[in-house]
Amino acid sequence: MTAHEDSVLLDLVRGSLDHCVKCTICETHCPYSNVTPLFPGPKYVGPQAERFRSGEEVSPDASVDLCSSCGICTQVCPQGVHIAEINTRAKARLAESEGIPLRNQLIARPDVLGMLGTPVAPLANRTLSNRPLRALAHRILGIHRDAALPRFAGRTFRSWAKRHTPPAQATKEVVLFHGCGTNYYEPELGEKVVAILEHNGFRVTIPKQGCCGLPLQSNGIFPAARSYARRLARRLAPHARRGVPIVGPPTSCTLMLKREAREIIGLDEDPDVRVVSEHTYDICEFLLELHERGELRTDFQPVEETVAYHAPCQQQGHNIGKPALDLFALVPGLRTVELQARCCGIAGTYGLKVERRQISLDVGADLFSQIRDAEPTVVACDAETCRWHIEQETGVTNLHPIDVLHRAYGLDRR
Amino acid sequence: MRVDVVVVGAGTAGLVAAVRAAQSGRKVLVLAKGAGATHLAPLTIDVLGYAPERVESPARELAPFIAAHPEHPYARTGEAAIAEALDWFRGVMGDAYPYTGGLERNMLLPSAIGAPRPSALVPVTMAEGDLRRDEPMCLVGLRPLKDFHAALAADNITRLGVQARAVELDLDVDRADVNALGLARAFDRPEVRALVAAQLALRLRAGERVGFPAVLGLRHAPTVWRELQERLGRPVFEIPTVPPSVPGLRVDAILLGALRAAGGRIIIGSEVVGAAPDADGVTVRARAAGRDVEHRADWLVLATGGFAEGSITLGSDWRARETVLDLPLAHVPAPGEPRFAPGLFDEHPMSRVGVAVDDGLRPVGPDGRRVHERVLVAGASIGGAVPWKEHSGEGISVTTGHHAAGQLAGVAPSVGVAA
Repeated sequence: MTAHEDSVLLDLVRGSLDHCVKCTICETHCPYSNVTPLFPGPKYVGPQAERFRSGEEVSPDASVDLCSSCGICTQVCPQGVHIAEINTRAKARLAESEGIPLRNQLIARPDVLGMLGTPVAPLANRTLSNRPLRALAHRILGIHRDAALPRFAGRTFRSWAKRHTPPAQATKEVVLFHGCGTNYYEPELGEKVVAILEHNGFRVTIPKQGCCGLPLQSNGIFPAARSYARRLARRLAPHARRGVPIVGPPTSCTLMLKREAREIIGLDEDPDVRVVSEHTYDICEFLLELHERGELRTDFQPVEETVAYHAPCQQQGHNIGKPALDLFALVPGLRTVELQARCCGIAGTYGLKVERRQISLDVGADLFSQIRDAEPTVVACDAETCRWHIEQETGVTNLHPIDVLHRAYGLDRR
Repeated sequence: MRVDVVVVGAGTAGLVAAVRAAQSGRKVLVLAKGAGATHLAPLTIDVLGYAPERVESPARELAPFIAAHPEHPYARTGEAAIAEALDWFRGVMGDAYPYTGGLERNMLLPSAIGAPRPSALVPVTMAEGDLRRDEPMCLVGLRPLKDFHAALAADNITRLGVQARAVELDLDVDRADVNALGLARAFDRPEVRALVAAQLALRLRAGERVGFPAVLGLRHAPTVWRELQERLGRPVFEIPTVPPSVPGLRVDAILLGALRAAGGRIIIGSEVVGAAPDADGVTVRARAAGRDVEHRADWLVLATGGFAEGSITLGSDWRARETVLDLPLAHVPAPGEPRFAPGLFDEHPMSRVGVAVDDGLRPVGPDGRRVHERVLVAGASIGGAVPWKEHSGEGISVTTGHHAAGQLAGVAPSVGVAA
């Protein structure tokens, strides 16, 4: 870690430490410490333990590694302590000192995996769903044999975007940040976002872009996370400087651009990161703001379905409420059930790991039973790894809220 | 977001105001820096416990108390508003978490160390612990829970004149460090309470009522409590412990559920850092990831708390400041005057500092005139009270939260919002 980024973090994050009054509100809300005795909770491994790991010291207590970085502790803290940021940083130091296992190096690079898997998608998908091979990966790599892995689409969103002709009459411009999940695994989600934005009169610019660095950050690989985040910010910054909003469907990755790159890996003073942060929108946040200005088309057709909506932890980290619910309310016929559980348990790559699998399932149990009780047609959720995980564990189709709006606009029938 | 009412703060006062406003057809948005005092407070509704002697009947003593404290929040709302607010609160809790009592007589409930706490309206799960009755008590300590020492509480209760003794139960909860919340979740499971009842039944004596730390269920408290009473064949009561407050979390869940059911929205983790009131409403600036977000409302209810919540700050220059709107504050000691008394439990000159309000709960300046028509204040942000000394905290929060929302009731909701 460079001295400069460290001092940025010191001011931003560690400075909040002394505001902790040990009120236990973070522990009340932590989905992880509530299901496993192995994780003593965000206060314990955070504001309390941080006093024993000043400067370059590694945490004397390895239990901080069981934190999933879901960020809920920071959201609920009434004193403004950056608990999740403190703990993610302590986890990274721990990982640095112990060496990063090959598995974590792999699953933290969705862009590399995507590039490798896409051209050989049928083979790659067969490999990922092959039971004996998964058992082998379980034993050798430590990727749990039953954890949900995505399927390669066999084509990329970017290749579609290159062929796509934007409508001639568009007057307003927006930049699309699609993320790795959309590019390699769910290109149709990107196409739907473009269709909705174009339906609302936007010309969608799709600049060259890569991974935001979030999975690297979650796995404690900060130097690589920083270079990924910086490179992405450099590509998006010229558009932000022109005042063009940057919108994206992967809510975890837009949160990385907005806040986490600044506050967790310490890029707060990078001018590109800052300007991108200020101009980035979660796609539902952007559409709802359009609606509040009276600029969103509301020619929605009835969708006779029950949608159970789960706001993932990272979506809640935007501090914008649940805009998807307000958008769903515009669709005639749509019945919405707001799910009340906080976390599904996957936390990006956390639930893929053999040694975390049971904790992950225990965290998600509450959400899964709420979904079963709601008997929805589909579950809507803004983060891709959460969708894959929830779908696998409940058997209910999981979609991005955009998918529901796309159908409500009738764009699937054009 | 464009709404009718923005409530700032998600403690008891803020949530009560939000729920009542939403139920009367307003579009409500609650913004809070973090989770509120519901997570910490026992949520017995203490209306007036000391004035300065112990109050037996708030109904009888509120009028003279109000007359003697013309700047107290109760003097602003009036006595009738207190009774109305308590009725409303009881209605919202309903069967999900029934409350009992009222202004006629204070109950006297044991604290976690066995000190008497006068309270007007209390959860039924606590009512049987009333120290005005003399049946002996058996207090149950649960060994994994280090936040409740049954023997200490029992000793102190015995000194008050009610026979009390302690028993300790082993309860295997599979973790070294458990708090009240973890145990409450365990009690939600039928097999855990069956086990506890079985272990306990043989150790109880005739005529004893049984006191537990307040961990008797998080989601199913009334069921857990009733079932233990039936299994043990005697009255059972809960004693609130240190945070996390399980009783408070039960109330929090019910208020949030009522808010959602009435179409209200809440964003926890979005600190309000500024608000600009004008003649038609208020523009609110709140923190969000990456940038501040603006909201516009016809009304703003400020329920951010006082010094303890960081909502009122005191500079070394003697200047006290309300942090969201910079509202004028009353009861601030003049520069050079003493601000604190030497004893911890003395009444400190600083302790009454807060926003001065009129009968409509609008903030007023030193001349007594409204400074903002569209801003209302509720809960511990209002000055003129010493809640911990009066035992009036929840009473003030519920009453002023309810009353603030009531101020909007006479005004028709804006067009386009379903009534």
